[in-house]
Amino acid sequence: MTLDQLSLGQTCLITGLTASKSKRRRMMDMGLTIGTVVLYVRRAPMGDPIELKVRGYHVSLRSDDAKDIVISNISDE
Amino acid sequence: MEKLKIALVGNPNSGKTTLFNALTQSNQKVGNWAGVTIEKKVGYYKHKNYEIEIIDLPGIYGLSAYSKEEEVALNFLIQEPPDLILNLIDGNNFERNFYLSLQLFQLDIPCVIAINMIDELKQKQIEIDYLGLETLTKIPVMGISAIDSSFIDHFISRIIEASHQNSKPSPLLPDYGPELQEIINKVCSLINEDLHRIEPLAKLPSARFIAIKLLESDPYFMSLFPTVKYRAAINPDTDFESQLIHQLYAKIENYQKTYTGPSLMTSNPLHETLDLIFTNRWLGIPIFGTLMYIVFWLTFTVGGFFLDFIDFGFTGLLSPYLHTHLEAIGIVPWLSSLIIDGVVAGVGSVLTFLPNIIILFFAIALLEDTGYMARVAFIMDRLMNRIGLNGKAIVPMLMGFGCNAPAIMSTRVLENESDRLIAILINPFMSCGARLPIYVLLTSVFFPSIGSLITFVLYFIGILVAIFTAMLFKNTLFKSSNSPFLLELPPYRLPSAKGLLYKVYHHSAAYVERAGTIIFMASMIIWFILNFGPEGYGDLTSSYGKAIGTAIAPIFKPLGFGNWQASLSLLTGVVAKEIVISNMAIILGLADMNAIKSVTTLAQGISQIFSEASSLAFMVFSLLYTPCIAVLGIIKSETQSWRWPIFSMIYSFLAAWFMGFITYQIAQNLI
Repeated sequence: MTLDQLSLGQTCLITGLTASKSKRRRMMDMGLTIGTVVLYVRRAPMGDPIELKVRGYHVSLRSDDAKDIVISNISDE
Repeated sequence: MEKLKIALVGNPNSGKTTLFNALTQSNQKVGNWAGVTIEKKVGYYKHKNYEIEIIDLPGIYGLSAYSKEEEVALNFLIQEPPDLILNLIDGNNFERNFYLSLQLFQLDIPCVIAINMIDELKQKQIEIDYLGLETLTKIPVMGISAIDSSFIDHFISRIIEASHQNSKPSPLLPDYGPELQEIINKVCSLINEDLHRIEPLAKLPSARFIAIKLLESDPYFMSLFPTVKYRAAINPDTDFESQLIHQLYAKIENYQKTYTGPSLMTSNPLHETLDLIFTNRWLGIPIFGTLMYIVFWLTFTVGGFFLDFIDFGFTGLLSPYLHTHLEAIGIVPWLSSLIIDGVVAGVGSVLTFLPNIIILFFAIALLEDTGYMARVAFIMDRLMNRIGLNGKAIVPMLMGFGCNAPAIMSTRVLENESDRLIAILINPFMSCGARLPIYVLLTSVFFPSIGSLITFVLYFIGILVAIFTAMLFKNTLFKSSNSPFLLELPPYRLPSAKGLLYKVYHHSAAYVERAGTIIFMASMIIWFILNFGPEGYGDLTSSYGKAIGTAIAPIFKPLGFGNWQASLSLLTGVVAKEIVISNMAIILGLADMNAIKSVTTLAQGISQIFSEASSLAFMVFSLLYTPCIAVLGIIKSETQSWRWPIFSMIYSFLAAWFMGFITYQIAQNLI
């Protein structure tokens, strides 16, 4: 399952990063690493990007890039 | 006098700018980092007998080569290592900030940590174990609140103290586990032999840092060590980068739990509510629209009020005053004109933009410091991304409808270099207020009943050309750059008045110093061209300008207005778009623009040099062609290069000509 398939308010665990090298590095630099817990907070008014809560802060990510983050579901909130 | 060179390093949104401004106040030098449009800020602080030079490095999340900001920061740290790194950490975001810290430690440069926003942490009742962190990192760790300037002296004292205890780099190096550690050591010993021969790395003492970069397959470092022997030590199939980073974060999570108390995942209900409103599905965009309207109104209407004031001061009071007095002293007419129409008008033209710029920057600083600007990027991203731009790019685009000069300065909200350049280059296509009189006059002569419709279509054409240009540049000139797609949404904050005022002051001063000189010089040159001719000082119609206008008039023949009158008017428009019409009147022989009879005469004159079709072409041309010198001057000062204003001049002229041509050809067949 990939991050763009997560439902609003759900928490998940990152299990893989399949993006290009530079994008992956950027994701990791921002704290999105394998084993990180992520909460899907909301979607922007026009549908994209999405807002996530990770490691205590909020970050916005485009759906296209969310497709490159493999996750496993943890819980519903 | 002892000198100390300190580099200020930290994440974006960590309060670095506020701290930098608080420390250095007006002792700042602003320029650009070599070869990029990223601003380089160096400031000075005197403490007892120390002269401290503080270099504000761009906000960065890590030390990889994947973003210009990180590249600039890393290059600086390895090629011009400072005496000390002042690492600013946002206390609300310890984990992500400390990730950068651990990487900084690997550089083997002495370090000091300052944890910012302690006022906010206090409110959240989060206590930081400073002593524990100091024991862990073996370097000073202080808590500060950058908006509270009372801490500064004590803060600097501690830093100086730190630099004197033979300030050491932090020996805290992440423990990567035995396997990784072995590989790192292996690579270390391999490169140690050749390290001194590699020039850019000559000043960097840390072989370990370089080894890790090589393991991460960092392109820059790989290019410095091309020989195969290093590769042999590294198994190409293993993804070291992820492993290394994984280990880093594992450690960081531990530190966070140990030293900063319970989970920082607690959310603030007020922030949640604000976010619910500002990024709301239905309210988000209308609220943004309203705020933009308010900013626009403040900048151009309120700013306009001050502008009129200044304008009146110059042209209404100063000019006539000088006119009479200079004449009385018997000053030669051309010298009098030089002083009044050249110098005074030149200075005036620089100053007239100042109220708009000050107000716009105040508004932007407010939007940025409160955290709202990140939300703008968030809600506008989908739309802007379609044309290859960042969500924030909508702000300068909207401001451009008032005046392109302050709008282009506001492209500073875009951190990414190529986003910013594209935003700068497309801005002149947003039809500014100064061009409106051209549309009004010509439509009143040729299309009296559908004037507003045509004007609306013109604005729309401008937007289309801007969008097309953005997409074109994104796919050609700026193809290789990756627009940042991960955007931090900082917590909402109450901005500090001092912080805001510093920002406004610095941006306005930058405008006057950098753009001001260029605009002034350009207006002097143009003054000369338009007031001097082969027979010396004369009027517009016997000037060099007239000769140039006549010479280039044939270019406009395919657009239907291949006459010197139109051509010369357009030339004056390079000075300022406002004066195209007034100069056209002068050219058509009207001495006094204000007499009512003149309007009809003007209309007659215009119908003699234009046709319906060619007037449309002329309007399209004025919409798109070379921006005024104020804008060109600002493009130069913002990009720190002549290349871009020249490019803008040529590109917009070509776009204008092409669109004007099409307009004329189509209009001719329809009308």
